[in-house]
Amino acid sequence: MNTLLNIVVQGVLLGALYGLFAMGQSLVFGVMRLTNTAHGDFIVLLVFVLFALTGFVHLPLAVAIALLLVIAFGAGYAVQYTILNRVSSRDPLPSLIVTFGLSIVIQNVLQQVFSADPRSIATGSFESKSIALAGITLGYLPLVTLAATVALAFAMQWLFGRTPLGRAFRATSDDREIVQLMGVSYRRTYALAMGVAFVLIAVAAALYSMRTAVSPTDGPALLLYAFEAVIIGGMGSFWGTFVGGMALGIAQQAGFYFDPGWGIWLGHVVFLGVLVARPQGLLPKTA
Amino acid sequence: MSMHLTRSAAAFEVRRATRASRVTVACLLIVAVAVASAPWWAGRDALHDFVQLASYLVFAMMWNLLAGYGGMVSIGQQAFFGIGGYAMLILANYCGVSPFIAVPLAASIAVVIAVPVSLVAFRLEGGYFAIGTWVIAEVFRLTVANMSVLGGGSGTSLTALQDVPRALRESLTLWLALAIVAAAIGLLYVFLRSKAGLALTAMRDNAVAASSQGVDVKRARLIVYLVSACGAALAGGLYFLGNLRISPDAAFSVNWTAFGIFIVMIGGLGTLEGPIVGALIFFILNKFLSDYGTWYLIGLGALAIVVTMFFPQGLWGFVSRRFGLQLFPVGRHVVLADIEASQRRSTGGGADVLDASAATRRA
Repeated sequence: MNTLLNIVVQGVLLGALYGLFAMGQSLVFGVMRLTNTAHGDFIVLLVFVLFALTGFVHLPLAVAIALLLVIAFGAGYAVQYTILNRVSSRDPLPSLIVTFGLSIVIQNVLQQVFSADPRSIATGSFESKSIALAGITLGYLPLVTLAATVALAFAMQWLFGRTPLGRAFRATSDDREIVQLMGVSYRRTYALAMGVAFVLIAVAAALYSMRTAVSPTDGPALLLYAFEAVIIGGMGSFWGTFVGGMALGIAQQAGFYFDPGWGIWLGHVVFLGVLVARPQGLLPKTA
Repeated sequence: MSMHLTRSAAAFEVRRATRASRVTVACLLIVAVAVASAPWWAGRDALHDFVQLASYLVFAMMWNLLAGYGGMVSIGQQAFFGIGGYAMLILANYCGVSPFIAVPLAASIAVVIAVPVSLVAFRLEGGYFAIGTWVIAEVFRLTVANMSVLGGGSGTSLTALQDVPRALRESLTLWLALAIVAAAIGLLYVFLRSKAGLALTAMRDNAVAASSQGVDVKRARLIVYLVSACGAALAGGLYFLGNLRISPDAAFSVNWTAFGIFIVMIGGLGTLEGPIVGALIFFILNKFLSDYGTWYLIGLGALAIVVTMFFPQGLWGFVSRRFGLQLFPVGRHVVLADIEASQRRSTGGGADVLDASAATRRA
């Protein structure tokens, strides 16, 4: 019983991180209908930017993370405005190929600059501290991650539902030609959406790099987890994405419990199972 | 109405071959004879190079069929490449089948596996299909990596060829590669010229419109998916027959699809000539620049981005449009006999003479 509970609790904590990875992906899917195959590589890229800020520039971690959020917003805006806006159309092929190309370029540039070694961010000993509750060990860092994911899901819900920017996001998602009649530039809206997605990615990158060592070629795996969380949860709902991340985390934890080699495998298989049994996802809602 | 139709039916003919296509067929036959006789005049490295080139080419042609004609962009074709390789190895090492026969057998196994896989993959569309197929490929990679019988993550060797003399083995592999390339080009050409191929082209341009014209889009997509799985598995079986060693990370690497995409986009998406041009370019780049490692891959990625953004028709698409050249004409040219006759009559040329190219319409 305790084992089962432990699997579920650790799975939820792992799933919070996947939910965080997936939220940026969900935003990009929702607003631009863009399948960003470089999503995972953007996470890894920001991990290495954070590493450069703390390791080479020697900024304190809190300052470095704050700076990372600003850099991320600018980078997301720039990538969308200069490259991805040119290939966003009904035909999914150009954007898929361009983001796939970006993915290969990012991986290899990082290998060239930082070598292939995995690196992690030092946090003193915060990442290894934990509390024991009813026989279950809860790490502080995973708890912070869970809190961050919940807070960001609320923030995203608020941004989309209550702000003029969120209204522009939803309207552009519905019909990017018509919004131009209301004085909204879809190019600028797309760029802002990617900027916000990159801020989410930056938070995920910071928490992920404290949790484990990251190597330049980890991006594709992260992309697949994020994608699976979005599809399992159901398109267009941040809480759905959150739940999807949890489901994936629990599936992987259960797999790891039986055999370390089958953890990731079970996560993928559960995703495919959901796809067959419930293709609309667990909590579907059109944004 | 029918009177009119009958009359006009007599007044035109449909032309399918061009002079360029006849020259191409002749050239390809000469190349095929040259390659087939290579064991007598070329070095070992050249034979090995051709087998590799053949694997890249067939794999890219199948990705092109799926994306360029079927409208299904997949990042998971390495699943069938790996299945082709591993099924060939299992048949050869454990079932005593000759590896050269095991390659086509492995391809048929891949087709059988592709049927249930398609049920899962077809739940997704567009970009979601692309990443979904990637997940499926990862499932196969992790499954094989966890099977200790197949050497687990570190892979295993093709031991069934131990007793075959090296020269004979290399010649047989070369001939098999040649046969697979010839079959792939020939069958795709015949298929795309057929009624089903026309339906496929219509579907690629607009699936809804094609379906309103009576094209069974679902069935056509499934057939394309299965054929492309078969071809990718042939390429995989061939590659690992030439390589003699296989591991899950090599067999199910997403790089195969990355290279396939690069070849097709550089050469020209949705043409038969494109992947051939692209594979030759990729092979030469790979031969001379792959020592540069990360820089080489950065260059490939950047080139794919630039070509997709600014030259989406690819190199062959450009040449074909610029010079009106088609080596493998899959379309139908309607030539109106009346106009040709009138052209012949008024050789001096006048305002009433229609340009011959204006009278021909691609179907």
